[in-house]
Amino acid sequence: MSIKLNALFSDSYVDVSQYRDQHFKGNRYEQEKLLKQSNTLYVGNLSFYTTEEQVYELFSKSGDVKRIIIGLDKVKKTACGFCFVEYYTRADAENAMRFVNGTRLDDRIIRTDWDAGFKEGRQYGRGKSGGQVSLHRR
Amino acid sequence: QPVMSKLFISVVSWLVAFAINHRVGGQSHKRRRTSEPIEIEDRLESLICRVGEKSTSSLESNLEGLAGVLEADLPNYKNKILRILCAVARLLPEKLTVYTTLVGLLNARNYNFGGEFVEAMIRQLKETLKANLYTEALYLVRFLSDLVNCHVIAAPSMVAMFENFVSVTQEEDVPQVRSDWFVYVVLSSLPWVGKELYEKKDVEMDRLLNQIDGYLKRRLKTHVPMLQVWTAEKPHPQEEYLDCLWAQIQKLKKDRWQERHILRPYIAFDSVLCEALQHNLPPFTPPAHTPDCQYPVPRVVFRVFDYTDAPEGPVMPGSHSVERFVIEENLHNIIKSHWKERKTCAAQLLSYPGKNKIPLNYHIVEVIFGELFQLPCPPHIDVMYTTLLIELCKLQPGSLPQVLAQATEMMYMRLDTMNTTCIDRLLNWFSHHLSNFQFRWSWDDWADCLAMDADKPKPKFVKEVLEKCMRLSYHQRIVDIVPPTFSALIPAEPIFFYKYQDEANSKCAGYAVAITVGNAIKNRASNEEILTVLKDVPNPNQEDDDDEGEGFNPLKIEVFLQTLLHLAAKSFSHSFSALAKFHEILKALTDCDEGKLHILRVVYEVWRNHPQMISVLVDKLIRTQIVDCAAVANWLFSPNMAHEFTRFYVWEILHSTIRKMNKHVQKIQKELEEAKEKLEKQQHKKDSGDEEDMERNSEDEDGQLEEQIERLQEKVESAQSEQKNLFLVIFQRFIMMLTEHLVRCETGSVDFNTPWYKNCIERLQQIFLMHHVTIQQYVGTLENLLFTAELDHHILAVYQQFCALQL
Repeated sequence: MSIKLNALFSDSYVDVSQYRDQHFKGNRYEQEKLLKQSNTLYVGNLSFYTTEEQVYELFSKSGDVKRIIIGLDKVKKTACGFCFVEYYTRADAENAMRFVNGTRLDDRIIRTDWDAGFKEGRQYGRGKSGGQVSLHRR
Repeated sequence: QPVMSKLFISVVSWLVAFAINHRVGGQSHKRRRTSEPIEIEDRLESLICRVGEKSTSSLESNLEGLAGVLEADLPNYKNKILRILCAVARLLPEKLTVYTTLVGLLNARNYNFGGEFVEAMIRQLKETLKANLYTEALYLVRFLSDLVNCHVIAAPSMVAMFENFVSVTQEEDVPQVRSDWFVYVVLSSLPWVGKELYEKKDVEMDRLLNQIDGYLKRRLKTHVPMLQVWTAEKPHPQEEYLDCLWAQIQKLKKDRWQERHILRPYIAFDSVLCEALQHNLPPFTPPAHTPDCQYPVPRVVFRVFDYTDAPEGPVMPGSHSVERFVIEENLHNIIKSHWKERKTCAAQLLSYPGKNKIPLNYHIVEVIFGELFQLPCPPHIDVMYTTLLIELCKLQPGSLPQVLAQATEMMYMRLDTMNTTCIDRLLNWFSHHLSNFQFRWSWDDWADCLAMDADKPKPKFVKEVLEKCMRLSYHQRIVDIVPPTFSALIPAEPIFFYKYQDEANSKCAGYAVAITVGNAIKNRASNEEILTVLKDVPNPNQEDDDDEGEGFNPLKIEVFLQTLLHLAAKSFSHSFSALAKFHEILKALTDCDEGKLHILRVVYEVWRNHPQMISVLVDKLIRTQIVDCAAVANWLFSPNMAHEFTRFYVWEILHSTIRKMNKHVQKIQKELEEAKEKLEKQQHKKDSGDEEDMERNSEDEDGQLEEQIERLQEKVESAQSEQKNLFLVIFQRFIMMLTEHLVRCETGSVDFNTPWYKNCIERLQQIFLMHHVTIQQYVGTLENLLFTAELDHHILAVYQQFCALQL
């Protein structure tokens, strides 16, 4: 009975993107595996003033949030526009990818992507002056 | 002939173009590039799934072409084609008539195939019923009934199936929801096939409808009040779903089954189809009821618009017209099919066939809110609806936002009679929606709420909305977005209240120790050192000096926790770190129930202006086992919190607590299941007699597993006991509060139906509704201990309504 009709029922918001963390310790295969199992999301395009509280409120709409790590400028140690959101379950993270990604937080359209998992040190921007690399490119 | 080959070429070239598009871009299929047949099967699937979508050719020519292609593929791919067609029948109800037409064309070309398809459908129907997939079973029956229109199935055999369904209403000792479902299936197929069945078998159909009429008159409606979004009958009655459908079918019958809304591609093929030979459905006996059966829960039809609300353009079909039913069914089905893909979902909703004849935006908004407010629960996660509405606004910026605003306005006007659970969902949606549109709203339109008492639904709603908006922004933003006249409804600034703040409080008991503890923490003193400092805190509860420092000392808790939380007040992360770092001390201080309760009181005292912080701290305290779920329930119901009892955040915390408890039980049950499965596998290996394996599978391993299973079994029992206790505590508290209120009102000859009472009784309902699956397990205990006949009938009614959900 159970034929899935792949042609129709896509779930594209949950797909892994093209981005790969260049500092990831491990090979491509391992990174992909972790991304496909991950409960953690990277969140980008935050305002520098966006607080942990605001992130909690928004991301709680797709499930219970385990923890939030606000991204910091490596030098100034102030918020620099990104964060990590970790859920207790993958299903809750998937719903965030489907329904929170691409909507507004603090008036900015935020972007979420799968993350292989938070490790100490990854909360710091890797740009030359301490902030995010992506901000340099603009 | 030239026409056919042109069609064939266009279909094949479409196939090729589609296949090319399929490889580039989005969808991740695992394709094996080697075997051709697999690729052809995938293409067949695509072709069948895509027929009926936007195309340069007409639907009729696409169907004709596809029928030709499939007929040609029958010799090699018959089974695959059968499975795909059965799947679309089950999973794509919004395209029902497209696929019944396709099957009709195939049957006309190949009678045997038609017969095999019908057989496959019947097998599938049996399987879905066995698997409790009642919605899918419904779609299958509806599909079969429309096949009568396509000359695939003979009308008399369809009538016979319907007769068997309706005879379920004669069964004794079965849940009402069982016979409800079978009646619903018959009635909800009639818009498609009523005309044809009446033309062929009017006597039998009249008898059938009379039986249904009799059943509907005698069935119980105990469940209805619990499921209604509004308690008022005006302006739109919240009808029970079977009653509404019955009224719609009766009107359809009066109109001599003339139904003009459903798209019927088979009409264009009538000359071909009426030449086809029909099949008879085999006699179908509904499977007997078993305790495992879980029938769909009853519903109430949500209406917020009627024909007077769409100002220009096409008129909205009346609430008892069958068109209304069909439109709503199709829109619900589109959401069901595409809810994960919000852009596709929005596009599909907006390209609904026949949209020019109806005020589509109004239907869409009504259907979406209908799902969001559905009781007990929405079909999909709440946040999906917010995001879907945003997508719709993006696609129709000139028209949809206005309809949405109109709906919001109407719901605001009717807050007085709106179910509290639905008000929760409305304010969650509204605040989240506003945060995506710079919080722009015509607040002045709601100035009427300013003159009302703060506990009335309208000002309460605005206040809670603003509080939720603040969580997504910040205090000053809220001050800026509302007119100055609304200042009384602006939430408090989320500041910390520290008891030992300054010299002014130096007379406070424990002040000196608080300063010392604060310094100790700042200087990274060890837990032992801090506990030593805390020994100096006198215990207001005890007079003797031989207090060894054990036992509940509220002042000690207060001094430590206030100071700790004060130092960590900067952010959630700081507070969580603090709780983690001093977990040992907190555990020691709260070893008893009173200690746990007091910790929660202190958290409230310091953070009473920041409900969100209270929420997350309570969550952490439960997860780190400093307090248990029952303590949280007792705290929320305690006299200290009575003034907060109608605040939204209190119920957020309570439901979150219940959910944590439920997830905890489920987790251990899963571990137990997995361990049992592992043991079974191991024993199976033993039995299969592989000597090598037998040697490796020492008795030890089995013994270890058995021990683990025993431990897990105990853990499950203990968790379930805790869960049951939690519900007992909650229900007991409700009963006490409500009884007290009712008695007081009666003796004082005062109307009991105050805003507080409405909130309280609906919150009790909400507990049942949100957790009805879990609570089912404990019904026996609840009935024996709490919801007895001695209870005030207002309270007992809520319990009876809950029971009626699965009766």
